[in-house]
Amino acid sequence: MIFRGRAWIFGDNIDTDVIIPARYLNTTDPQELAFHCMEDISPGFSKKVKRGDIIVAGKNFGCGSSREHAPLAIKECGISCVIARSFARIFYRNSINIGLPIMECEEAADFVKAGDELEIDTDKGVIKNLTSGSSYNAMPFPDFIKGIIQAGGLLNYARKAENRDV
Amino acid sequence: MGMTITQKIMAKHCHKEYVEPGELVMADIDMALANDITGPVAIEEFKKAGAKKVFDRKKVALIPDHFAPNKDIKSAELCKTLRSFAREQQITHYYEVGRMGVEHALLPEQGIVLPGDLVVGADSHTCTYGALGAFSTGVGSTDLAFAMMTGKCWFKVPETIKFVYHGKKNPWVTGKDLILYTIGDIGVDGALYKAMEFTGDALKNLTMDERFTMSNMAIEAGAKNGIMEPDEVTLEYVKSRARRDYEIFKSDDDAKYCKIIDYDVSKIEPQVALPHLPENSVSVYEVADVSIDQVVIGSCTNGRIEDMRQAARVIRGHKVHPYVRMIVIPATQEVYSQMIREGIMEIFIESGAAVSTPTCGPCLGGYMGILAKGERAVSTTNRNFVGRMGHPESEIYLANPAVAAASAVKGKITHPGEVVDT
Repeated sequence: MIFRGRAWIFGDNIDTDVIIPARYLNTTDPQELAFHCMEDISPGFSKKVKRGDIIVAGKNFGCGSSREHAPLAIKECGISCVIARSFARIFYRNSINIGLPIMECEEAADFVKAGDELEIDTDKGVIKNLTSGSSYNAMPFPDFIKGIIQAGGLLNYARKAENRDV
Repeated sequence: MGMTITQKIMAKHCHKEYVEPGELVMADIDMALANDITGPVAIEEFKKAGAKKVFDRKKVALIPDHFAPNKDIKSAELCKTLRSFAREQQITHYYEVGRMGVEHALLPEQGIVLPGDLVVGADSHTCTYGALGAFSTGVGSTDLAFAMMTGKCWFKVPETIKFVYHGKKNPWVTGKDLILYTIGDIGVDGALYKAMEFTGDALKNLTMDERFTMSNMAIEAGAKNGIMEPDEVTLEYVKSRARRDYEIFKSDDDAKYCKIIDYDVSKIEPQVALPHLPENSVSVYEVADVSIDQVVIGSCTNGRIEDMRQAARVIRGHKVHPYVRMIVIPATQEVYSQMIREGIMEIFIESGAAVSTPTCGPCLGGYMGILAKGERAVSTTNRNFVGRMGHPESEIYLANPAVAAASAVKGKITHPGEVVDT
């Protein structure tokens, strides 16, 4: 899979309360959640994001609550992929499970600047910075992770696998 | 090669003699938990996947606690979704308002989770039950939907960091202070993906309630679980509550740890975690002249009877400072009625505190004590992230119940010793 978009930079320990504040968790509607994504630390984020854009963050991205609303909000506001130095455990699992591609990459976290145009090849594990001309390496997605993301999430993937008797 | 308690519980639940860190396993679960926020998402996924019946109606717990009693129309709809599903599936462990409590206080109290269990919950603080010697961890709604369908969940067996606490505690130091100190030492990602195993002679003297507080906050260091070996205190707690068999696991002497960290608890004073991360913990003596607007005593971290006793011991005979709102939220109905029996309720009300029915409410900025712009709270909860309890420009200081109560009296962050003579 190839993703291409502008980079949005965030720091370390971006927690699920700033990704989607709990005051909006009285809904499960992804569009409503997306509208409030990151609003406490980056007001207007959801309006400024263009479909395909990419989040690049520091360590422990997604720490805190287990709310799946967090990766859902990010995915729904148009972010194609999240790159971070490291991810919190539950957020990592949730992102894959709902079909939001995420990758760990130290170099990208170190060198990508806000607004850089990135191109990510998840099969090869290569992140190209089209603005600076450099490229960074990450772990390529194994086939089953690719399968889950292409199916749009774990349960869709399970259902498809069942139909194919895999 | 020996195994840790975490490895042993996992091995048992995937029917193996031995599992090693890094190994991927599909394990049977003893309990799958969800609340009014995460439950409806899981139920939607469950139905979308075409599932008809939960794998075992006695092994699913659905607790409306976050925005319940319903805080607004949308929350009422979420609780209704949970309730309808519980009735349709005849879920044994559904607890309605008036009988419910904050999930991680309620489940151990009612004997729904027991030593040796493997528990997943769509709530990050599911790690609380580690204090019973169970493996329990937070998952998202999709994982929970899968667990409700199949009775299984996949895991990577974690490496374990062993924390050894020894020495004699200082006055007013509790399990909350030990865990805040630990998180301050290793950082909010200090145990990322790993198991935290709490041991040492200093733990022997902790009450069960203090142990729950420690395991509860393992997630604040990024850990997968926070576990303790059961001892006499655990068995005494479980004895009157268990209505089924359970198994005691202990780590082998030659179990392998990726790190062992030693703490002399006599060097630890009551802790306060400054905004906006739990790792910003310092001794309460280092916090000078921080005036406050609100105090919250409650939550899955510190809403149990022992927490209420500590706060009451401090506030007895004193008044809440005129500029402070003090909100006390017993975590369960049992804690609530025990407070009445012990006269604790009266102490709080006499002092000028508000006492609420059980709810997670303000801990996650839901309701029952939201902060305005620029306001500061001392809270016995678990997270002090930006905007966690209200306005993004409000501040939360995490502390134990005695520090919270002393701060309510003085109107600023205060060591309990300044309010009570010990």
